[in-house]
Amino acid sequence: MKNKHLQKISFIILKMFPNFKQQYFLSRLFHRYRDLAPQLVPLDYTNQPDVRLPYELIGSMPELKDNPFRQRIAEVFSEDGEGNMTLDDFLDMFSVLSEMAPRDLKAYYAFKIYDFNNDNFICKSDLEKTLNKLTRNELTEDEVRMVCEKVIDEADLDNDGRLSLEDFQHMIVRAPDFLREVCNFHHRFTSTMRGKMRKKIQEITL
Amino acid sequence: RRRRKVLEKLKEAVDERKKLIATLRGKPWPMRKKLESQVFVEKYEGALGKGRGRRLYAYKVMMRKVRALAYFYAFFILCLKYSGHFGSSVASYFLFLRWMYGINMILFSLTFGLVMVPEALMARPYGSIPRKTVPREEQANAMDFAVLWDFGGYAKYSVLFYGYYNNQRAIGWLKFRMPLSYFLVGVGTVAYSYMVVIRTMARNAKEDGGGDDTSFNFSWKIFTSWDYLIGNTETADNKFASITTSFKEAIVEEQESRKDDNIHLTRFLRVLANFLVLCCLAGSGYLIYFVVRRSQKFALEGLDNYGWWERNEVNMVMSLLGMFCPMLFDVISTLENYHPRIALQWQLGRIFALFLGNLYTFIIALMDQINLKRAEEEKVKFNMTIWQANLYNGTLPENSTAIPIMVDPADVPRGPCWETMVGQEFVRLIISDTMTTYITLLIGDFLRAVLVRFLNHCWCWDLEYGFPSYSEFDVSGNVLGLIFNQGMIWMGAFYAPCLPALNLLRLHVSMYLQCWAVMCCNVPQERVFKASGSNNFYMAMLLVILFLSTLPAIYTIVSIPPSFDCGPFSGKSRMFDVIQETLETDFPAWFGKVFSYASNPGLVLPFLLLMVLAIYYLHSTSKTYKHANLELKKKLQALREKTVLSSDTARNKMSLQTPREKETELNAELCVIQCNTITIRYNTINKISAAYNSMLI
Repeated sequence: MKNKHLQKISFIILKMFPNFKQQYFLSRLFHRYRDLAPQLVPLDYTNQPDVRLPYELIGSMPELKDNPFRQRIAEVFSEDGEGNMTLDDFLDMFSVLSEMAPRDLKAYYAFKIYDFNNDNFICKSDLEKTLNKLTRNELTEDEVRMVCEKVIDEADLDNDGRLSLEDFQHMIVRAPDFLREVCNFHHRFTSTMRGKMRKKIQEITL
Repeated sequence: RRRRKVLEKLKEAVDERKKLIATLRGKPWPMRKKLESQVFVEKYEGALGKGRGRRLYAYKVMMRKVRALAYFYAFFILCLKYSGHFGSSVASYFLFLRWMYGINMILFSLTFGLVMVPEALMARPYGSIPRKTVPREEQANAMDFAVLWDFGGYAKYSVLFYGYYNNQRAIGWLKFRMPLSYFLVGVGTVAYSYMVVIRTMARNAKEDGGGDDTSFNFSWKIFTSWDYLIGNTETADNKFASITTSFKEAIVEEQESRKDDNIHLTRFLRVLANFLVLCCLAGSGYLIYFVVRRSQKFALEGLDNYGWWERNEVNMVMSLLGMFCPMLFDVISTLENYHPRIALQWQLGRIFALFLGNLYTFIIALMDQINLKRAEEEKVKFNMTIWQANLYNGTLPENSTAIPIMVDPADVPRGPCWETMVGQEFVRLIISDTMTTYITLLIGDFLRAVLVRFLNHCWCWDLEYGFPSYSEFDVSGNVLGLIFNQGMIWMGAFYAPCLPALNLLRLHVSMYLQCWAVMCCNVPQERVFKASGSNNFYMAMLLVILFLSTLPAIYTIVSIPPSFDCGPFSGKSRMFDVIQETLETDFPAWFGKVFSYASNPGLVLPFLLLMVLAIYYLHSTSKTYKHANLELKKKLQALREKTVLSSDTARNKMSLQTPREKETELNAELCVIQCNTITIRYNTINKISAAYNSMLI
């Protein structure tokens, strides 16, 4: 049965992932992508068709539907910045959010997710939006303001009133829960590409 | 020459790409750009010659597949999928269970492969010598289920327990050294467990970074409190509520300064609570001691006179205490009025003390029984000489025993075997503990859920929201139970080689049963927080338990002589004499001499002193490193305030373009050379690939 799955996967992807485990779970991910909209996604990806799934479909996936940041996650990983994802974007998202992604990579993407206005800084308004999404608007304005001020106080190292990527990374890598809970999905079995030299040598048919 | 230069440039470009690819995983590039880099290397690597790592790589792939199978992905996926409903604390429990299962698998393979199987296959079979046969008096009911469940009868006289093993030095055509193997496996299981636990602790400690705990309180709350593993709306609602509550708490703490009115009352209540807890612990310890004494009395008077309760009193009392005392501690801790996290730590500490106290009381009581049995040995030895004399009296009175008389092994009088008794006690304890756990699970979770669901229609108050409601999955309680069971395995594994196998079975069943119970009868916890930020809390507990549970086994090995009539060490004055014997007989003479010099106290003591000094030195250097680390952090902060931070993006853009440029350039040049002589190119490529391979080596 798994051979049937493997045959249907994109030729390029198959070449890039000689590892059996990776191939198997890549095929699973591909089918999950396809199951969101079977009429839009073709089975044969050899010609690299330009198929984008709209955000509404992505946001209805069980891993994302309860996540308060699902819209931001989809926007960050999509090419057009609006949440419509191609297969590449989809794989990207799962590979970063899997448990095997390195910590620095997760920190980088976490920063982009929390940066609502895409200006490469987490400013006070971004923090307020994050907090409101996290508590579903149950805190009063005063409380929200106080928390945001406290966060800027704690994490802003260059004293410009907002968090840059370095500030964020400096703060987040020390968090005890970061790797285990945050930015981790069920699909622990996807892994980002391992660009090791020997694998490529093996695949060369010259 | 031009060709050589171009090929060198090509090699440089490929090397650069390779370095880049090694860090490809960590780069925040989209998938397409990563694919391009790999295509580049693929194209030109081949031109330089195929690598030699092929065979090694294939082997690695196969090993990975085997490991994947061995990890039972099937039901592990199931557990993780369902634990998404409850958040990561439940997932962490199942991960811990899987890790324990891995350790037990290794312990099982050691005891099964090196102890049980050789004895079963190569040593003398059942019924050939007295210690391997069920005695005549017991043969009538050796097959009864009640006796087998109690691990008597045929179960007692089998490879499952210590007493079955023969003390023959080498067995079978392989000349397998059985007693040596038994001893080394016993030591090896403990050593392996230490190594694994400490290695896991070190790995966890590295991940944590060991930094400040409160310097980023609010930042961590805002960025890391959402649990991405949640996949269920109900859990998500709970999580939102708990996040809001935690923020409100933190805000209140930040806004007001802590005013402790009635500090004296709080202190008095806490002292009172601790006093009550100590009373509980003392009471439970005494109860166990009393019950074990009673069971000794029963044993002396013959167990047949008593019913099921009297026979299993000790185990049942220990299990019941383990079930009800924690609830009592929970009630007492309401007096103390601590912050919930601190209260949970106190609770765990008290349960820990309870289990430890119970276990050690049990062991002390066992020691009494061991001493009884050893006293019995003298009597039995005397009786045996009389019996043997009687046997020879019946036939020709020969001074030389050249003609051995055929006696059925079942009729030979048997010496007492304290090791088998110890093994049996531990096995019974584990079985009763397991049964209690499962029954509590079924009644406390399943039956409760059924009652709440179906009686809710015809009850005066709402059963689902008030008392009793559905039960929550108690992560810390379950983890503690797991740790203590493992401690009992470590304690008893030397005397009952079947214990790791039993534990493996138990963990397997537990995994499925608890998975089902969590899915079907439990609700997510209202208040989601953990006892500590890291897994190291439970690892540290496991390490302490490992140490404390191997102490009694080591004590018995070193100080008590083995029984004369059973086990692989019978006939020796101490169990570790087997090492001495092996050194004398199996190794060359100079080896024994070296060992005797090495084990001289004059050499061992200075070595120990040296190790203590080394530990002190490492400890002090680690302190200075921590201090230096803090200083550097401060310096970094000061530097950041001064300099302008340059972003990474500019650098990234540069590195994206230049390889492409290089690629087109090299493409063109390579085509030119290809148009020239083909054979010369082939030769140079071969030379370069050979040079490159040698560089690899």
